[in-house]
Amino acid sequence: MEFEAVIGLEVHAQLSTQSKIFCACSAAFGAPPNENTCPVCTGMPGVLPVLNRKAVEFTIRTALATSCAVQSKSVFARKNYFYPDLPKAYQISQYELPLALAGHIDIEADGGTKRIGITRIHMEEDAGKLVHEGEFAGAQASLADLNRCSVPLMEIVSEPDMRTPEEGGAYLRRLRDILVYLEVCDGNMEEGSFRCDANVSVRPKGQKEFGTKAELKNMNSFRNVEKALEYEIRRQVEQIEDGGTVAQETRLWDAAANVTIPMRGKEEAHDYRYFPDPDLLPLIVDDAWIDALRKTIPELPAEKVARLASTCGISRYDAELLSSSRALADFFEASVKIYGGNPKVSANECIHWKDAVAAGKISPETIAHAVEDRETGKISATASKTLVELVIRTGKPLRQLREEKGLSQVSDAGALEETVAKVIAANPKEAESYRNGKAGLLSFFVGQVMKETKGKANPKIVQEVLKKKLG
Amino acid sequence: MAITREEVLHVARLARLALSEEEVDRLRDQIGNILDYIRQLDTLDTREVVPTSHAVEMGTPFRDDSVCPFGDKEAILSNAPDRFEDFFRVPRILED
Ligand SMILES: [Zn+2]
Repeated sequence: MEFEAVIGLEVHAQLSTQSKIFCACSAAFGAPPNENTCPVCTGMPGVLPVLNRKAVEFTIRTALATSCAVQSKSVFARKNYFYPDLPKAYQISQYELPLALAGHIDIEADGGTKRIGITRIHMEEDAGKLVHEGEFAGAQASLADLNRCSVPLMEIVSEPDMRTPEEGGAYLRRLRDILVYLEVCDGNMEEGSFRCDANVSVRPKGQKEFGTKAELKNMNSFRNVEKALEYEIRRQVEQIEDGGTVAQETRLWDAAANVTIPMRGKEEAHDYRYFPDPDLLPLIVDDAWIDALRKTIPELPAEKVARLASTCGISRYDAELLSSSRALADFFEASVKIYGGNPKVSANECIHWKDAVAAGKISPETIAHAVEDRETGKISATASKTLVELVIRTGKPLRQLREEKGLSQVSDAGALEETVAKVIAANPKEAESYRNGKAGLLSFFVGQVMKETKGKANPKIVQEVLKKKLG
Repeated sequence: MAITREEVLHVARLARLALSEEEVDRLRDQIGNILDYIRQLDTLDTREVVPTSHAVEMGTPFRDDSVCPFGDKEAILSNAPDRFEDFFRVPRILED
């Protein structure tokens, strides 16, 4: 029997705000333990949460970029459970009435486009962090750091529309790229600012009903999500083929062993007793606010790839490499605006120097001038590379360095004639042999001229002048 | 009765409360009375009424996204029943 998988993904994305979602503590990563805490985020009695406007705006912008319907009224609820990383004993989240519903993202799949539905996007706060035994030798306790408590998150829940691990990976990457383009999340999976849980089940191909699903957690890279899905799909199919049934359970991905293992059950864990948080009035979003935010949505990755590939004369592959970062794509466009030439060359240069671009070490002018000077024969390919490296090291403009370091090459035939004549006069035997048909000696003469000019001559022009003088 | 013994015990367990037999009976009576009282609402026709989450007719106020450190970590940590350096120390949590 042939099986197919049904995959839905839940992403928790940390919003790139300065402060936390309900208090003015810093939301920055990596502060000393409990440095970023206050009575609000540590759940002291008598405090009131006040909602961060920017966190709302980031979520609305994400909703707009994924074609969701932004709800004019959404409600924060308390999700109740006890855990030492949760000092209030409840997490403020949105439950029955989330901020956004019913959107979608288009992904590339099987050489075409596939639309993956988004069920909902809601806002919530993060929990703290526990350091466990093992990390502290001999610890009989767990240690709680509440810096992360109340850092703003949005949860993006997909429809169960994906059928293969590759589609899951494509959806996640596309979603991450969108969030990074919007500058609402840094998209860093390893640091935990972009986390993914997966719901996966299998069913005989052609069957309409879903099979029993397992929830997968603990995958901290795109590759691990794909590997965990692959493993879990195979496990479920084998289970069924062996006459067994799939249990509805939560499983953890073990990246070292490359398997999913059942999480030890907390049977009552799902009785969260949600109710509207009396401390927070409904979140009201009017059309004017949505319209204003709609204007801030930049060109998104899929649109950018399509536009660069169709209007800039570069391949779709290069367009995708450039669009992997909004800054890199912008850099490329700025660069070809300064010097058009062959955009393919500019694209290659931008991709080659992308780390320097990201670090702000070179400007679009650097690449534009390097490409222009090369195409007009003012510098050699080697000099071009040397010059960009010098720009990175010194911060000086490329053309200034070109002059300072004497890296221009002589492309003026007239200026080279004298040197060529000198070289021919110094090697009469070789000149004679060349004239008698030993054409291979041309490269010898080119080498001599290059040596004479300390590599500054344009080899192409040198050849032309040599041929003329020797011929 | 509006609530069963098992439900009282279930809610007590969720709230990490260990109840004596006598407390279970007393709470079942008390919670039952509260639920019976609230249940009067069932006699109303609310089909046309939008669910109300809050009694106040306004949206939530906002704050700007600016950082203002509380600045007294000691005061926060002084509430810890137990601490280790600048961490809250809690009974060890077993993870799988
Ligand atoms: Zn705080």
